[in-house]
Amino acid sequence: MALVLALGVAVVQTIVPFIGAQKRWSGWMATAVPAATLQFLLVGAAFAALMHAFVTSDFSLRLVTMNSHSAKPMLYKISGTWGNHEGSMLLWILIVSLFGAMVAWFGEGLPPRLKARVLSVQASIGVAFLLFILLTSNPFLRLAQPPFDGQDLNPLLQDPGLAFHPPFLYLGYVGLSMSFSFAVAALIEGRVDAAWARWVRPWTLAAWIFLTIGIALGSWWAYYELGWGGFWFWDPVENASFMPWLFAAALLHSAIVVEKREALKSWTILLAILAFGFSLIGTFLVRSGVITSVHAFANDPERGVFILLILGIFTGGALMLYAARAHAMEAKGVFSMFSRESALVFNNILLAVSAIVVFIGTIWPLVAEMVFDRKLSVGAPFFEAAFTPFMVVLAIALPFGAMIPWKRGKVGRLVRPLVPAMILALVVALLAWTIQTERTILGPIGFLLGAWLVGGALTDLWSRLGRGAISGRLGRLARLPRADLGRVTAHAGLGIIFMGISGLMAWQIEDIRVAQTGEAYQVADIQVVMNEVRQEEGPNYLTTMADVVVSDENGERIALLQPEKRVYPVQAMPTTEAAIHSGFWRDIYVVIGDPQDNGGYAVRTFIKPFANWIWAGAIIMALGGLLSLSDRRYRVAAGAARQRAGGQGQQGVPAE
Amino acid sequence: MKRLLLALLLLLAPIGPSVAVTPDEVLDNPALEARAREISTGLRCVVCQGETIDESNASIARDLRLLVRERLVAGDTDEEVVQFIVDRYGEYVLMKPRTGGANLILWGAGPALFLIAAIGALVYLRRRSQAQSEGEKLSPEEQARLDELLGDRG
Repeated sequence: MALVLALGVAVVQTIVPFIGAQKRWSGWMATAVPAATLQFLLVGAAFAALMHAFVTSDFSLRLVTMNSHSAKPMLYKISGTWGNHEGSMLLWILIVSLFGAMVAWFGEGLPPRLKARVLSVQASIGVAFLLFILLTSNPFLRLAQPPFDGQDLNPLLQDPGLAFHPPFLYLGYVGLSMSFSFAVAALIEGRVDAAWARWVRPWTLAAWIFLTIGIALGSWWAYYELGWGGFWFWDPVENASFMPWLFAAALLHSAIVVEKREALKSWTILLAILAFGFSLIGTFLVRSGVITSVHAFANDPERGVFILLILGIFTGGALMLYAARAHAMEAKGVFSMFSRESALVFNNILLAVSAIVVFIGTIWPLVAEMVFDRKLSVGAPFFEAAFTPFMVVLAIALPFGAMIPWKRGKVGRLVRPLVPAMILALVVALLAWTIQTERTILGPIGFLLGAWLVGGALTDLWSRLGRGAISGRLGRLARLPRADLGRVTAHAGLGIIFMGISGLMAWQIEDIRVAQTGEAYQVADIQVVMNEVRQEEGPNYLTTMADVVVSDENGERIALLQPEKRVYPVQAMPTTEAAIHSGFWRDIYVVIGDPQDNGGYAVRTFIKPFANWIWAGAIIMALGGLLSLSDRRYRVAAGAARQRAGGQGQQGVPAE
Repeated sequence: MKRLLLALLLLLAPIGPSVAVTPDEVLDNPALEARAREISTGLRCVVCQGETIDESNASIARDLRLLVRERLVAGDTDEEVVQFIVDRYGEYVLMKPRTGGANLILWGAGPALFLIAAIGALVYLRRRSQAQSEGEKLSPEEQARLDELLGDRG
């Protein structure tokens, strides 16, 4: 079986290059490259085999029987491969080995010993999870008597948003394993320098981009699928993906300091360990079902203990190594209290502490029950109260931090260019304040911060374009380093998310009523008429579909919405398909409920202002990351390192 | 396997589709209804996975919503309504944990960590900024060597 072979290769890949690196035997070190490739091919073959079984509905596999159905649309047959515990763990390993192989293929410029150690650490992660899958969650278990048809995939998961949600999240989680491997390798090596940071940052950035997209997809799915338009629930499983995201964000900022200024080294290493540690914690929370929640579909203590073991060995081991070796990382850069370095330290504090707040909130019910014998809940109100203040401070500080110079800054020179952004933010907030009536102050505050972030990002961009006439500045726009463009874009994206979230939360309008067919009613400034309700049949479900026409005050038709209520007979489970008319300023969101005894249907109509801004902001943020990833210096660094032919010599890094 | 599947179904059943608050529950008095919604979003549906009774369509959530409205109509304040529910179902139903007892750790952890981190960072930054002046100064050996060199020249 391919998986067993892959395990063998991974074991070899763990041990041989490691010894090679210790003893400086280049032949032993070089085995890492073909081993990484082979491991990837073997795991890939296993994954392809599983996917083939899903696509062809091979019900002799237990997993396919339990999670698929012959009538299911092709997209969900494919996504069914990872829409379950075993398959998703296989996907996880596939990505671990993919990243390992990518280092093997493209890491020519890496110092050979560092490369061997990185691949060795990466392979050891592969070993752990391959063992996990083989011992506790083998996806290839056969059924003696294959049934005629399968039991179908959970209908909630049969959705395009969710089909691609797990692969992105896993690419993010596992991408952090690269940062982890580099961190551990550097600890073993005992040296961290600018070149190291240059190697780690792209991986972290890539992982962060994937996490951003994955989280946004999940949130978007929740928004339209769960039927009341919530986009974030502070559910343990969501938190599990959010904590690594926060740590990754902190890490990619602190890696800049290592790269440019050779400071914060040991802190960056610690962050890299923690970021992947929290990915593992996330995996543990989701896969063990220890905190059961909507998404946690595995409920087996054996698996939980195994993952906990992996978590303990890797995080604990790395932290011990860190404790033993961290002192070797001496900082070089010197800077004053008021500098870009300090601003990034502040950024790291805010992100790391807020991530830990999320962590404590997530596990607190568990702790309270085990230690204090109190059964309690920690829900959204806690996180809103305990987490949001950090984000508010972050938003206030960010535009300053992004523009403050390295080494030493001056208050006056920093603040003056930002004055227009402040005025813009105040005007936007006042505007929001006057338009709204008797509603929470949070809306205007959110817009104040969001506009401040966007305005700050624009100011940042403007100042990067140098001085002189507008045409000259625009000419320089194209030649601006991609990293600068990326930073500005990502920060503006964050501002847009702020506005989206606060707008949606503060100004949502909701209407619940029994609607009779043909009867018009008013919700805020729109007219709603439910014209017809009919029963239809989908490929693997039955549906109740309504034609709902919404029009504006003047009776002009805005859209025909067709909310659905589906029943998937195989799983005997209903789902709602909300009908959403998306707009730039607001979404109109209609959900149809149960038929009422005295005729008509329960209908919920929402007006959700700025909803799209949340996901648009997330996409812009990810785009910013992508721009930064494509910056010349990573390619140049790779090329230059190659020319040095395994040179470990470190060049002076200009501070901007 | 069957049991697992059943567990799965039970697990997922609460986040069903139909609207949570149904039209027949809504109170005629909009002020009271608004208070009822506000209270509902803070109470957990005890059989669901982290949903509030406002979002859930489980029957117990419906019962609780009706109970909340009943108490409000009877003239209870918001706090009295919440206390009424907590007395019967325990503090588990509170989405926002109280600050008393061990929960102080939960609520205090964020601010405390932030303070510790901020102090740590200040110490680190001070050291970094002072390293400058030290770095510019020469060590005694360096000074001696410099004097020697200068002496040679002179």
